[in-house]
Amino acid sequence: MKLHDRQLRDIYVDLLIEAAKKHPNLVIVEADLMKAAKTTGFAEVFPERTVNVGVAEANMIGVAAGLSNMGKLPFTHTFTPFATRRVYDQVMLSVAYAQLNVKMVGSDPGIMATLNGGTHMSLEDVGIMRNIPTMTIFEPVDGVQLAGMFDQIIEHYGPVYIRLLRQEFPSIFEEGTQFTLGKASKIKDGNDVSIFATGIMVHEALQAREILAKEGISASVVNIHTVKPIDKEAILEEAKKTRAIVTAENHNIINGLGSAVAEVLVEHDPVVMERVGTKDHFGEVGKKEFLMEKFGLLASDIVIAARRAVERKR
Amino acid sequence: MDKRAYLEAQAKEIRKETLRCIGSLGVGHVGGSLSIADVLAVLYFDKMHIDPKQPNLPERDRFVLSKGHGGPAVYATLAIKGYFDRSLLSTLNQSNTDLPSHTDKNKTIGVDMTTGSLGQGFSAAVGMATALQIDKAENKVYAIIGDGESQEGQIWEAAMFAGSRGLDTLIAFTDFNKFQIDGAVSDINDIAPLDKKWEAFRWHVQVIDGHDVMAISDAIDVAKNTKGMPSMIILNTVKGKGAFFAEGQAGSHNMPVSMEMANEAIERLGK
Repeated sequence: MKLHDRQLRDIYVDLLIEAAKKHPNLVIVEADLMKAAKTTGFAEVFPERTVNVGVAEANMIGVAAGLSNMGKLPFTHTFTPFATRRVYDQVMLSVAYAQLNVKMVGSDPGIMATLNGGTHMSLEDVGIMRNIPTMTIFEPVDGVQLAGMFDQIIEHYGPVYIRLLRQEFPSIFEEGTQFTLGKASKIKDGNDVSIFATGIMVHEALQAREILAKEGISASVVNIHTVKPIDKEAILEEAKKTRAIVTAENHNIINGLGSAVAEVLVEHDPVVMERVGTKDHFGEVGKKEFLMEKFGLLASDIVIAARRAVERKR
Repeated sequence: MDKRAYLEAQAKEIRKETLRCIGSLGVGHVGGSLSIADVLAVLYFDKMHIDPKQPNLPERDRFVLSKGHGGPAVYATLAIKGYFDRSLLSTLNQSNTDLPSHTDKNKTIGVDMTTGSLGQGFSAAVGMATALQIDKAENKVYAIIGDGESQEGQIWEAAMFAGSRGLDTLIAFTDFNKFQIDGAVSDINDIAPLDKKWEAFRWHVQVIDGHDVMAISDAIDVAKNTKGMPSMIILNTVKGKGAFFAEGQAGSHNMPVSMEMANEAIERLGK
């Protein structure tokens, strides 16, 4: 399977089809966004294992819970706000509390809803899902990571929220890189500051690292692809080494990656920390570049935060 | 004993154990538990393909109490059927109990789905019936929803989808006992015309006396023989049926029930 220079949704559908061949119980449950996710490709191969409930997200989750209750392995999909805030009680009770096994894909996370605008922009979805006991939250950076984690997601019994980019992004990881659900992936090492980044912010973090290097600041870049359960050891290891932490997420700084990292640090090793992400604002319509700048999600924002962190620890 | 007498005896026993169960705690959802005793008797002692000795048998019929607050009646039924000992019924809602207020499949042997947040159990039942349809299985999913619960949007999301899919693996009941917490359903947010609504959603609909065990049994037979559409059997019931202090009372949704009240009601039910 080709994992570079492709849209992530195409890779996702290929992974679903491959997995469905191995797992006869795998089904998809959709809510009228199959064309958006291109899961129409799955329906062509497995029409009888495709369940499209129409524009009814609460029922999508309920039906998925029922399918799981009969031994099926359902993958649901809709845009991130509808995959989380619209169906919170259904995910909480029918899936998680009932101990059922549903994999929930939310596409176009955070500002990546771009031209769909503020109503479709989830800057709170990670926070919502992080509140649910037993939930696993995974946000892939590229196709290699999505593919590398897919079998683990299937083998893991329990609810998983996959925060999926649909578009094509430059690959970060070499093909064949090994990943473990719940274990952070260190991309670059450094001694002065540690940048924990997730999703599209990994690209920005790597750019920020280059800029910081020219200023004589050596930065680690660690990708926390699994926000829950969070990799406590990786966070504390970096904290011990650099004593300065920056988080970078395509999400509100409240309740997302920044909060999760802060919780670990405060309880175990309270070092200097700065958070990059949206600052408790609603989303709005616009192109990615405009939104990245408007909401302070650029490499330059990470650089400023990193400088501040390094300054504060002196 | 003929079938009617047998099933009526089971329904009476379900009512008695439900009253003991709630009476032992002193408070509970007595109204909506007693109104479903007859349909539970028919399902568990006549119609459902189940075996209490093999509670996880894959090819068994499934039952979902979407109006999860009727849990005590289900627990009474399961105990009488032999899923667990009747002595367990007095642990309702006590610390570390296996019998929580609302039905929970991870706590109670014989419970097929966790419910409590209204509307959700029905949606899950539709998903379970969808699984049977995909697998071309012979078994059925039975579900009970409440009349107050029928005000939930998720009920109609699930209803539309089941009708659209022609989900004949699903046989559902509405416990139409006319009352919800705040008063008469017709006063608060009237669900009438209920039969027309389900017909419009492409369901096969029957409206029957929900306390007539033979009418329930016959209606289930008709539903089983109805191919290509899901079935809704609207049960005209009386909230709190069989307990002198609760019968037809708006306030019987969740009320104090002392052991003395329960015992007197049990006595009045007779042998």
